[in-house]
Amino acid sequence: MGELLLAATRKGLFEVDASGKAPLRCLGFLGDPVSAVLQHERGGATYAALNLGHFGVKLHRSDDFGVTWRELPAPAFPAGMAPEEKSGKAPSVSLIWTLAPGTPGQPDRLWAGTIPGALFRSDDRGESWQLVESLWNQPSRSEWFGGGYDDPGIHSIVVDDDGRIVIGISCAGVWISEDDGETWTLGGAGLEADYMPPDRREDPVIQDPHRLAACRAVPQTVWCQHHCGIFRSEDGGRNFLRITDVAPSAFGFAVAAHPQDPKTAWFVPAVKDECRVPVDGRLVVTRSRDGGRSFETLTEGLPQEDAYDLVYRHALDVSADGMSLVMGSTTGALWLSGDAGESWRLISAHLPPIAEVRFAQRP
Amino acid sequence: MPRVTFTANLQRHLDVPSLDVEGARVSDVLDQVFARQPRLRSYIVDDQGQLRRHVNVFVNSAMVSDRAGLSDVVGPDDEVFVFQALSGG
Repeated sequence: MGELLLAATRKGLFEVDASGKAPLRCLGFLGDPVSAVLQHERGGATYAALNLGHFGVKLHRSDDFGVTWRELPAPAFPAGMAPEEKSGKAPSVSLIWTLAPGTPGQPDRLWAGTIPGALFRSDDRGESWQLVESLWNQPSRSEWFGGGYDDPGIHSIVVDDDGRIVIGISCAGVWISEDDGETWTLGGAGLEADYMPPDRREDPVIQDPHRLAACRAVPQTVWCQHHCGIFRSEDGGRNFLRITDVAPSAFGFAVAAHPQDPKTAWFVPAVKDECRVPVDGRLVVTRSRDGGRSFETLTEGLPQEDAYDLVYRHALDVSADGMSLVMGSTTGALWLSGDAGESWRLISAHLPPIAEVRFAQRP
Repeated sequence: MPRVTFTANLQRHLDVPSLDVEGARVSDVLDQVFARQPRLRSYIVDDQGQLRRHVNVFVNSAMVSDRAGLSDVVGPDDEVFVFQALSGG
């Protein structure tokens, strides 16, 4: 395959040669939790976000693919902000959950999605960051809440080539900007929150999309692995249709969208929200090739008994040609497929818990 | 002049030798340190300048009581220790 994989783990950033010709190696931050990684397509710089826990979030950039790293100022709220009504404390970034590039015409642009639900923008390759106040100051933010964390978090930032932005927030639904982040509208109509009282279940602002993924060639197609199942949009995230009858389960965290075919996407199911392990101890990947009307269960090369691996939101990726997939588990296992998920090869079973995987290229 | 000493756990991230700095309060002392080592600031305090939750500051053997304003008094012969809670796995 000739591809490189990057794995952001709880104890470092690792590089894997997909062909198997070179051993797995630590690219940096051995022993430190890496919460997000991005290799910028335009320029090739590699960004790693760290969650040092006691010492806060950090951001590093390498312009030589990990030979050297330089610490950048991490996205941060301006000092002196008023305390939040709910917490009584002024806001502070506690996790950089996702990094995303801008459009082809914005080579120095970066977006960072964070917990507690703030979006930050950089126009100088991460040297400085601005809080996107148009989103932070949404009046509905008082109703946002944490999904698995104490505070809301932006985990998905989808930017199409024309600059339209769709973001996913747990738990604050799907937000859309048509003007490079200047203004935002709430999308996500049709998402359903079974964990809410009946008259709030369809409220777009309290939804918990676990992960959003858009077809790159047809960005109006947005797949959503939601806390309560799988949904699909054909209008850029404004409206979603729930996909039912998904075997073995519609619950999960990750989704990967085929970059060219809007009808194809992959998921990694677990039993249900109260039991986040593979169904019947069998780790499978499910794939739809008809827009969600039907799903195939793909198992070759994956453990089919006594498997308790969970693939988290950012730990499934698909290559630019749609033929290769990589997934990493919270149990520290990394698998690679070179045939669109038909078969999988175990790369390592001994990594630390994996937060994110990405296909990358050696500059 | 008060001396500020940092947990060895910070050394793997950035160079933080013990420093003798002026200051009558913990906030003054830390501001002096941050002026010399700006990268260190975000490791000790959050976006709003408050002590990070699992970072502890001691003046001699007494843990500071004002984690938000860091107004605890520091005497000229005192030692300020910046440590972190233990965790792992």
